Amino acid sequence: MRPAGLEVDFAALAAPLPMHRGRTDADGWSACARHIAEAGGRLVSLWGSDTSRDEPYVAAAYASAEGLLWVEFELDRAAPAYPDIARLFPAAGRMQRALFDLLGFRAEQAIDVRPWLRHAAWPEDVFPLRRDFDPARRFPAAGDAYPFVTVEGDGVHEIAVGPVHAGIIEPGHFRFSVVGEKVLRLEQRLGYKHKGIERRFIGMDLGQGAQLAGRVSGDSTVAYAWAFAMAAETLAGVEPPPRALWLRALLLERERVANHLGDLGALGNDAAFGFALARFSGLREDWLRDNGEAFGHRLLMDRICPGGVACELDAAGRERLLARADAATGELARMRRIFDEHAGLQDRFVTTGRVTPALAAQLGLCGLAGRASGQAFDLRADFPWPPYDRLAVRKCGHHNGDVAARVELRFDELFESLRLIRALLVGLPDGPLRSELALPALASGAGWVEGWRGEVFVALDSDAHGRIARCHCHDPSWQNWPLLEHAVIGNIVPDFPLINKSFNLSYSGQDL
Amino acid sequence: MWRILREVARHRRVSEALPEPACEWQREGQRIQHEILRVLGRALAIREVDAGSCNGCELEIHALNNPYYNLEGAGIRFVASPRHADLLLVTGPVSRHMETALRRTYEATPAPKLVVAVGDCGCDGGIFGEQSYASCGGVARVIPVDVAITGCPPAPIDLMRGILAAVTARPPD
Repeated sequence: MRPAGLEVDFAALAAPLPMHRGRTDADGWSACARHIAEAGGRLVSLWGSDTSRDEPYVAAAYASAEGLLWVEFELDRAAPAYPDIARLFPAAGRMQRALFDLLGFRAEQAIDVRPWLRHAAWPEDVFPLRRDFDPARRFPAAGDAYPFVTVEGDGVHEIAVGPVHAGIIEPGHFRFSVVGEKVLRLEQRLGYKHKGIERRFIGMDLGQGAQLAGRVSGDSTVAYAWAFAMAAETLAGVEPPPRALWLRALLLERERVANHLGDLGALGNDAAFGFALARFSGLREDWLRDNGEAFGHRLLMDRICPGGVACELDAAGRERLLARADAATGELARMRRIFDEHAGLQDRFVTTGRVTPALAAQLGLCGLAGRASGQAFDLRADFPWPPYDRLAVRKCGHHNGDVAARVELRFDELFESLRLIRALLVGLPDGPLRSELALPALASGAGWVEGWRGEVFVALDSDAHGRIARCHCHDPSWQNWPLLEHAVIGNIVPDFPLINKSFNLSYSGQDL
Repeated sequence: MWRILREVARHRRVSEALPEPACEWQREGQRIQHEILRVLGRALAIREVDAGSCNGCELEIHALNNPYYNLEGAGIRFVASPRHADLLLVTGPVSRHMETALRRTYEATPAPKLVVAVGDCGCDGGIFGEQSYASCGGVARVIPVDVAITGCPPAPIDLMRGILAAVTARPPD
């Protein structure tokens, strides 16, 4: 296939969503980026590999009207470099910096070339994902001076927060420049949780890989496990049985509900409404216990495996989950009314941490936060893959882009997920749970799944022995972290926790 | 306001009428709470440190504060600063980028202090491996650990048992 206006031939991957892969050169790389940007496409991910084929390659995945376009070009091993695309897709900036830290592929003419994932753990001329890198090698801590952007002027001062935060939260560093209580600028520094996940994948078999993918970001374990499994199945040309697909969707929606419940409680609590935390954390606990009873794991880790699922649901479990979905729907309707009528809550939520639809489109805000700012993308509705093709998913959205909109959206999505869960439980087909699957040698596959936070993408290359040559896992937090910097501008410092929570982005998922 | 009050009243009744499986572990939870109070005779302050986890353990640590486990009701609080803490609850693996921060947090905690390592990764690096260019592995490779709680992630009741094991093995006072 050759999308209109592009000089690159794309081959369809054998995937349940439309995904196409094409190879090009440096000029084609830039032309593709430009054309896709002009056509209103989005950047999904950017990565590279030195362990997949004879020559290293850099790749970008874009979301277009035709589906996902995986654009790839071979680099010169002696001087691996590719044209910058961050001017067209600002979200690429941090991805390009990370790509340099891990592989030493340089984005030509990039504006920001500071390290991103590399702090002090390895020197700047060593690249952990290069084929000649010794994974057991440890380096003495290097200097770790990071050139933050400073804001100067009368009365401006800095507040440095983290990496160890005050709550039970993941580590990261936030540098606020403030005047009085008002935030002039926020600069994030992430990468504290970098634990070498992508290096760890290299050489793993499928089973180990699936487990590791399920631990890229613990709150999205189902989304990652499904995306990884889809990548392996695409690569091997294997289709999981229908019952497995329905169970996967059930798990994915249950993960969405669990996270939205947790977030709504925490958002209420951050606005000093402790009652919300008590109620929603109780509802979440009920939900997780049902997961444990029905599927054997409270957070649903390792329930999805390449080829199918590793769990079953009996008739009693089905009744239990149906009853809980009904009960939760009633509880949520009452809680929503309390939220809506609570003047103190609304005062904290409305207009706080606003990202306008125009800014969201310009910078590529995606997923849940994107839908709250008019970016109406949801893979379940845009490219419904089985079993979503049978469920007519209603896409939820909002245009205000403030904390209130992200709260509203969570309520809307909860009701829709509960509807989907009932439909999945009622329509669950009988049959086997798993298809046999072995990775063919030297092939590529991709998985693309709408997790609760946004779209999770996995690119998978196999080596000559049917093991993992390279697995790239992409979290939607890459796109959304930079928007948080914009969302807090002009707000007061005490509202930062509330704004941050309303995005609830993953540190582990982007630090890898 | 009346809606909130009505909701509060409604749910107090509902949770008292909880079915068997929930009651069973609730009794266990209450036993552990009483045991902690008996051993300590006062409140325990915990500082949680995520030193590189996947965030799964944090989700279950959060659950300790929900109305079912009600850890705070037993006088056990999560505090914002290591300087206020008796016990560090640390999830891993410890990334090399968090090594210094974890060490400093430990040093900032007043003695006598306890350290509980949480999760398979906090115990020995788990699926992320024992040692690599980016990971130190388990928490004990960076700071002294009193008790390690396995699980991926450990269930809240196992977290409570582990915390109890730490305070009974070596009371802070």
